[in-house]
Amino acid sequence: MLALDHLTLAVGDFRLAAHLTVKDPGVTAIIGASGSGKSTLLAAIAGFLVPQSGRILWNGEDLLPLAPGQRPLTMLFQDQNLFPHLSTAKNVALGLSPSLRLTAADWARVDQALLRTGLAGLGARLPSELSGGQQARVALARMLLRARPLLLLDEAFAGLGPALKAEMLDLVVALATETRAMVLMVSHDPDDALRTAPQTILVADGMAHPPVSTTDLLANPPPSLRRYLGK
Amino acid sequence: MAERARPLSLGAAAGWLATAGLLLLTVGTTAAVLVRAGAAPRPGPGDWAAVQFTALQAAASALISAALAVPVSRALVRRIFPGRGALITLMGAPFLLPGLVAVIGILEVFGRAGWISRAIAPLGLAPLQIYGPAGIILAHVFFNLPLAVRLILQGWHDIPAERFRLAASLGFGPRDVARLLEWPMLRTTLPGTILTIFLICLTSFVVALTLGGGPRATTVELAIYQAFRFEFDPARAAMLGAVQFALCLCATLATMRFAAGAGFGAGLDRPIRIIVAQAAGARIHDVAILLMVTAFLSAPLLAVVLAGLPYLFDMPASLALAALRSLIMAVASSALALGIALALAHVALRAGPAGKLAEVTGMLSLSASPLVMGTGLFLLLRPLIDPTAVALPATVAVNAAMAVPFVLRILLPGLREIQAGYGRLSDSLGVTGWPRLRLVTLPRLRRPLGFAAGLAAALAMGDLGVIALFGDPDRATLPLEVFRLMGAYRTNVAAAGAVVLLVLSFTLFWICDRWGRNART
Repeated sequence: MLALDHLTLAVGDFRLAAHLTVKDPGVTAIIGASGSGKSTLLAAIAGFLVPQSGRILWNGEDLLPLAPGQRPLTMLFQDQNLFPHLSTAKNVALGLSPSLRLTAADWARVDQALLRTGLAGLGARLPSELSGGQQARVALARMLLRARPLLLLDEAFAGLGPALKAEMLDLVVALATETRAMVLMVSHDPDDALRTAPQTILVADGMAHPPVSTTDLLANPPPSLRRYLGK
Repeated sequence: MAERARPLSLGAAAGWLATAGLLLLTVGTTAAVLVRAGAAPRPGPGDWAAVQFTALQAAASALISAALAVPVSRALVRRIFPGRGALITLMGAPFLLPGLVAVIGILEVFGRAGWISRAIAPLGLAPLQIYGPAGIILAHVFFNLPLAVRLILQGWHDIPAERFRLAASLGFGPRDVARLLEWPMLRTTLPGTILTIFLICLTSFVVALTLGGGPRATTVELAIYQAFRFEFDPARAAMLGAVQFALCLCATLATMRFAAGAGFGAGLDRPIRIIVAQAAGARIHDVAILLMVTAFLSAPLLAVVLAGLPYLFDMPASLALAALRSLIMAVASSALALGIALALAHVALRAGPAGKLAEVTGMLSLSASPLVMGTGLFLLLRPLIDPTAVALPATVAVNAAMAVPFVLRILLPGLREIQAGYGRLSDSLGVTGWPRLRLVTLPRLRRPLGFAAGLAAALAMGDLGVIALFGDPDRATLPLEVFRLMGAYRTNVAAAGAVVLLVLSFTLFWICDRWGRNART
């Protein structure tokens, strides 16, 4: 369970407040206009932004003292999820050891993760030698090995084009379901939310609202969301 | 974005150590000099003459270099010809060129028995007189004209190509382009260029040492050396060091107001087609200028090689040993400069006063004089140990400190890019500390790292500064050995030594730069 307890975030003049909990594993979408603070919220959970006040709790444990790499989560960024100078296998292996000191058994697990994500035999290639979809799969293979219970997607796959993006989101949901992970997914596309996320957190007017059913929210949007959707 | 409070990491500790070490080498040595100078005799009329001459020759060198650089860079910008890239590369060479090699080359061309003197002798003209102010200014222009060209070239490339297109479509003549596009650019570029060169010429030592001297052509830097070497008077050296420090401080403060770029940025070999300047007259003008500057820059290099090659095998064995010593010192100095710069950058990349302090510290030695640093080190070390015994490590340290500003300027943009592009990814994967340096920073930084390493090594290889101040004659570096041969009038063997020095400096640079360019990305 993720709890944002009277959280206040500040970046320059911008303020965002959040007081909510996300209980069940599964996918929760975060939607809102651009500049509303969706990514800011994710950055705080991931540990890139120190909150002005409040707490971020994971199963009751305060995440604040933990460095980004120590938090029980994996984050997929919009782009730059891979190191271009490291091979595919090494990029995946960073999920097991940040210093790349791996045993033979570890490397076998890297191969399994590559297999599971449809990248078998591509381990020696550099990211530049892979297609966009394959690059996204490398990040997913690494996420599998990290096996953290919380997954943050910050408009991940946004550069891939609609069909490929949908395919990747489906793969993420499948993998997350397999590992019973919780997924928080920032998206500016309401269709993504409808397709993959049963519940949605709306970020609007300096406030992250508690999650509600995605279908209900989009069927009967509040004024701020209506303006964004253009309906 | 707020900074997370973390325990002192290895990187931060190294950063603070580097900052402290560099502060000791720059501010610490200067303080030692100032303290000692307080008890020293006041500067006499001779010293004031030295101050005056130092400022005058630096001003003349800077103004002449900049004035010549304007037509040269303009010709480079608007002409496309085979060998254009090579010429721009040649413009970068004097930065790596050991001062002594250039001086020997200039003597071979412009000296009493040089090419020109011999060529005009049949006409009944007296040989050229190169020693003194004219020679010093000539050598400084040789060194700094290319730098000025590169700085102004940068300014030219900063004018968007669309402006020139617009000018062409509006039917501007050459005069209109000059008034509306080129003059405004020059007005912002020239002050920084002139001050940068002025500062370089203030602290230039080798040129004054070899071509200057006497009451008419002694710089402060040379006077420090003489006080040390011939008068055995550290107190007087300290007083002169204080004077030099004040001079540099004033020049630096002035330069900071008009800060010019480093001048070795990327993209300088991209020509701009200025349609309006294609008239035949302009073309002849440009070609003549480019031919002249190529001759001026390459003749001394050619002359050194021609003079030295036949005597390569007449070199004393001590020269080979000195060459080996210099190589080792150059590599050590380069490694030290890189280590200091990386550690400084680690702190400098942070927001806030700590980052600012590290960055300013990294730039301090830009305005420091190596001889002031040397004098200060001598004063600091003397109560503890015989300074002659540690002359070599002291030289390595001072050379590293002198290279840090350049290395830092080369590395910082790359480091900022890595931080922006991969900082969060690395943090989120827990790739921090030593693994971060090994797996992310160094591999991604390889290209500028190689360039910076080569630059620092070549600078150290060719340096003749601290080592001349209190070096042990039995453990000389290659430049010092070549200088001694010059002093003993063994000109040909000195030229042979200069060829070795030239080849070693450029090879060191080439190897490092090559290594960087082989980066996998």
